[in-house]
Amino acid sequence: MEAPIISSYIILGAALFVLLNSAAVCVYAERRIAAFIQNRVGPNRVGPFGLLQPIADVVKLIFKEDVTPSYGNRILHSVAPLIPVTTALMTVAVIPFGDGLFITDLNIGILYLLAIASLGVYGVTMAGWASNSKYSLLGGLRAAAQMLSYELPMGMAIASMVLFSMSLSLVDMVNAQIYWWGIFVNPIGFIIFTIAAFAEANRSPFDLVEAEQELVGGFHTEYSSMKFGMFFLAEYMHVVIGSMLITVFFLGGYHLPFAGYYAHLLPEAGTLAKAILDISVFGAKVAFMVFVFIWVRWTIPRFKYNQLMSLGWARLLPLSIANFVIIAFILMMIHEFF
Amino acid sequence: MLEAYLPIFVLLGIALFLAIVLAILSRVIGPYRPSATKLRPYESGMDPVGDAKERYSISFYMVAMEFIVFDLEIIFIYPWAVRYKELGLGTFFAVMVFILILTLGLIYTLKKESKNFQISKSTN
Repeated sequence: MEAPIISSYIILGAALFVLLNSAAVCVYAERRIAAFIQNRVGPNRVGPFGLLQPIADVVKLIFKEDVTPSYGNRILHSVAPLIPVTTALMTVAVIPFGDGLFITDLNIGILYLLAIASLGVYGVTMAGWASNSKYSLLGGLRAAAQMLSYELPMGMAIASMVLFSMSLSLVDMVNAQIYWWGIFVNPIGFIIFTIAAFAEANRSPFDLVEAEQELVGGFHTEYSSMKFGMFFLAEYMHVVIGSMLITVFFLGGYHLPFAGYYAHLLPEAGTLAKAILDISVFGAKVAFMVFVFIWVRWTIPRFKYNQLMSLGWARLLPLSIANFVIIAFILMMIHEFF
Repeated sequence: MLEAYLPIFVLLGIALFLAIVLAILSRVIGPYRPSATKLRPYESGMDPVGDAKERYSISFYMVAMEFIVFDLEIIFIYPWAVRYKELGLGTFFAVMVFILILTLGLIYTLKKESKNFQISKSTN
């Protein structure tokens, strides 16, 4: 493990700042892109091009009344929104943003990611149960079933990338893709991981957790003011983090495509120019994946519950296991016989 | 190596602090005028019918149980995926048999529990 060039606590602060603000930028981007796709104008009144709209939204949410339903479990109702926000912020700890630019490089980074991602289920389920509303309960249960089901193909897709990097550290994962990105050597894994990331973030076409026509607001029906805002914030942070994970596992992280072949042309490692290049490349990939998240949401209609479950269990899970076995077989044969 | 975990605890502290501040903020700044009608669970404007905490479908429990089984089995694959080149062909075939058993379990689950998982043959 090399020493990071900047103190990890400075990166920690910067990463938190960027992540919290990227959620606001995402809300604005989503509303403008949705308007563009639906041939509308979208928010354009608050500030230039409506850029201050997210700030206006947050101010409005803070000044609204915070209602805790009297029939529900008040403690769990208050604790539930803390969990998705905390877990979303915790995920950023192991993501490498550039060469030597990471908060911490755990040798079990991938297991840490999977563990933290699983914790997010508790927030949604607790919110649904503690509200004591039928819509919330159904939304929470659906969310739990959906997030659990799609974690399995996601885990298998990550395992198929671990075969290439032979390490559970995300820095090694990115460096294993310096010649060939994961998407080129493992395209099926990329597709499986992207679909699972949509489902984990509860985004359309998997947003039947909060299907408006059936369940009003789903698990956050009984939430108001900033507690609702926290679920909203967590959803957009999950979109950003999902994009970061897709970038790290399949789009080569901070590497340009086939960077290993012309590495002598790029700035040397450890210089400021290299750090700026790395962060720009990483940021561009993440921004593109966030756009894909938004694009898909406003293009594809929502699944039914049985379609969701059969896609997860009967299609994606067998496909991801087959993908893992085939890649393991090919790599093993190359290693043993060539 | 353990000092690599320190930033994670710092991050946990900051994240929890931010989350709690956000949660308390609107209670402090916003108005608070509760009334019996406002605190009632929302049910499209009608009086709530019964309690929400009734028994719910077994299928959700089945999904959670199957998840634990398969998630544990996937976790067993990770250590092998990290060290498969040193472990050689013998271990490779052992892991393939393990995955075969896992797949048989999955096929059994899909056949047996298709009703509980709400998986129908035609998904159109």
